[in-house]
Amino acid sequence: MCLGIPGRVVEIEKNVAKVDVGGIVRDISLDLCPDVSVGEYVLIHTGFAIHKVDEAEAHETLKLLRELAEAT
Amino acid sequence: MKFIDEFRDKELAKGILKNIEKTSKRPVQLMEVCGTHTVSIFRYGIRGLLPEQVKLLSGPGCPVCVTPNQDIDLAIALSRQKDMIIVTFGDMMRVPGSTSSLQKEKAEGRDIRIIYSSLEALTIAREHPDKRVVFFAIGFETTSPTIAVAILRTKEEEIKNLFFLNSQKRIPPALYALLQSKKLNVDGFILPGHVSAILGTRPYQFIAKEFDKPAVITGFEPLDILQGIWMLIKQIEENRAVIDIQYGRIVHENGNPLAMQKIEEVFVHDHAQWRGLGSIPDSGYRFRESFKTLDAGHFDIEVEPPREHPECLCGEVLQGIKTPLECRLFRVVCHPENPIGPCMVSIEGTCHTYFKFY
Repeated sequence: MCLGIPGRVVEIEKNVAKVDVGGIVRDISLDLCPDVSVGEYVLIHTGFAIHKVDEAEAHETLKLLRELAEAT
Repeated sequence: MKFIDEFRDKELAKGILKNIEKTSKRPVQLMEVCGTHTVSIFRYGIRGLLPEQVKLLSGPGCPVCVTPNQDIDLAIALSRQKDMIIVTFGDMMRVPGSTSSLQKEKAEGRDIRIIYSSLEALTIAREHPDKRVVFFAIGFETTSPTIAVAILRTKEEEIKNLFFLNSQKRIPPALYALLQSKKLNVDGFILPGHVSAILGTRPYQFIAKEFDKPAVITGFEPLDILQGIWMLIKQIEENRAVIDIQYGRIVHENGNPLAMQKIEEVFVHDHAQWRGLGSIPDSGYRFRESFKTLDAGHFDIEVEPPREHPECLCGEVLQGIKTPLECRLFRVVCHPENPIGPCMVSIEGTCHTYFKFY
């Protein structure tokens, strides 16, 4: 029920964004996450963007994961 | 970066598992609170990959599963009213109430519709001004802001025929109740990533401060989960207890303040009834005075007294005290085609997940 999927914002009109999820573009409400720009990723839950995806943090996590995997 | 495939790398998973093995020195039981985690853990076979002494327990984090019979019975009773449309999220359709389910009622001809987004309820209400539309609203903090937005818009747009049957729940008070009950033997928590995208870390601090248990807010891809488990084991081995974030790409310390503000505009905290856990203070919501006219809970209709199947162990399963394998009904009479309890209905219910993957 708490499923969320990341998608890339391709267009914004007022508080609705067109968001590309694996090639499928859907209208997503930005009521809960208005501060996004075209090209950024958002986390989608039941038709709403609920949070921006922080790309720098994603890279940081991947770096930590690599270190963790190699530290054995 | 797609933010999915990168976190499913098999070679990295092998390395992290070795590190978990190296770090883990004593037997531990960790609870994944969220049903979405339970599904991921089973789908990727994570339980079987972990060292023998690292055990995972499933928790109460499936909103469909914790919805009590009395709420489902009320939705069913409402669906039987004249000129009424019930809308709800898909999983609620098949959940058995005391003597029926929304799916059975739909088969009997009641107008019950599945919606994907809360805003669809407004569209349906606009299209049917001659009918009353009731949104049977369930969900945790991930979903509640989206329901709050729908309620705010209903008021703004002066839609007079849309009402909300509120059965939403809050996760932190349920965890507090679980920890307080002392029935649960758990050394740390894998906290829900998307609930926490809204809440941030603050509402969980009691887990570390009051109960001295570590917790890690974790993402849903296999590498996220493995890293979350490693972070928990590390805290346990170092005798630390803090609320940590593994899922930094989505969860920030302050959560999503705008989303929380939307919830607060519409609701105040109130006690709520959870299946298996009983009534928990502050674990639900009631409408603020200014939104009371939208509350379908006040409709004057007769509802049958709630009844539970006497042998269904959903309640104990939701508390992590029993596993589905200990239930006499599991697989014998209770299966996804004929669910006796809600944990077998929801695709994120522990019994459903055990049935599918065990």
